[in-house]
Amino acid sequence: MDLLIIFISAAVVNNFVLSYFLGICPFLGVSNKLEKAFSMGAATTFVMVLAAMVTWLINNLILIPFGLPFLQYVSFIIVIASLVQFVEMFIRKTSPTLYRSLGIFLPLITTNCAILGLALLSALREYNFIQSVIFGLAAGVGFTLALCIMAGIREELDLAPVPEHFKGAPITLIIAGLLALAFMGFAGMLSG
Amino acid sequence: MAGNKVKKSLFHEFIKGWWDENPVFRQLLGMCPTLAVTTSAINGLSMGLATSFVLICSSFIISLIRKLIPNQVRIASYIVVIATFVTMADLFLKGIFPDISKALGPFVPLIVVNCVILGRAELFASKNNPGRAFVDAFGMGAGFTIALLVLGAVREIFGSGTIFGFLSFEPLVIMILPAGAFITLGLLIGLMNYLKDITKAKEQPAPACLPAGRQAR
Repeated sequence: MDLLIIFISAAVVNNFVLSYFLGICPFLGVSNKLEKAFSMGAATTFVMVLAAMVTWLINNLILIPFGLPFLQYVSFIIVIASLVQFVEMFIRKTSPTLYRSLGIFLPLITTNCAILGLALLSALREYNFIQSVIFGLAAGVGFTLALCIMAGIREELDLAPVPEHFKGAPITLIIAGLLALAFMGFAGMLSG
Repeated sequence: MAGNKVKKSLFHEFIKGWWDENPVFRQLLGMCPTLAVTTSAINGLSMGLATSFVLICSSFIISLIRKLIPNQVRIASYIVVIATFVTMADLFLKGIFPDISKALGPFVPLIVVNCVILGRAELFASKNNPGRAFVDAFGMGAGFTIALLVLGAVREIFGSGTIFGFLSFEPLVIMILPAGAFITLGLLIGLMNYLKDITKAKEQPAPACLPAGRQAR
């Protein structure tokens, strides 16, 4: 039950993109085609789950016992960077087409604040191992969900008459705002 | 971006971050802290200053050691330098201004992954001498701080419903909520595009700018 609450809270109610503002850069950058958005979401989710596991282990088995929590940021970001490198090699071997279509955004998962934010938040909330993994999975699902909804809307947007100065980024941000409003509807679902 | 152009004056390097290449309004970099912490002007200002501190220090150091870093591991090296200064800024805020540190929450450590800083390291500091890198980082930091201050001020005015205690009206709660952040920034960028077109039409016809959204990362 506890795990279910963590999952729903991180995936929908406190969606990483729309209520914590984590991972806005890929959210604006990769959300122009639905297919691309989904693969980006899947790759990010994968990195998130791995990062949640590894950073938990590092934090609880190395940093805290040795009294080094001030090294958290440096060690977390190095772990995430190497994980992304690993995922990149994996995708290049298994699916070259996907690798090419994701392009520059694949290495940029490193600087996706959603992943570092996830590691820091689960350290801050003192989740145990299982909870951290669920939290990572839920955050990834929420990120993919937001990305896909946005991509679906933006595919339609190409045909819409948008005022000249609002083309591109501004209209995308305003749509994101409306989506965030819609997601606020979930706020009453979980108390606390 | 500035790759093959001729070297510009130091003053230009300083001033470009304020308007022409403003990291938030024109380049759409560093969106996450921009949207998250600008619920009030003071939060926006302190986040802008913390980011500027990290940006200036790390640009300067990266520029100093740019010839020692092998090309393959440069991103990792930049991130380690940046993370070091972020840790310093975080400990400083926690020690001296605990209230601000609490209000900014996890967004202080998240300066590590702010694209503005890594972007300047990759595009500018790794190719220029420490002096120019310092000036560039100073200008960009100032531009970032101004953008955050403007956004914070707008949201505070509409969200809390008072302007210096004189005018008061029913506050629009949405402006403080996440949705308000997206909408305010969208409208502000639209306004910036409009203003830019007006000033451009007055001066000379220039090639149209690409919508920045496609290059955002």
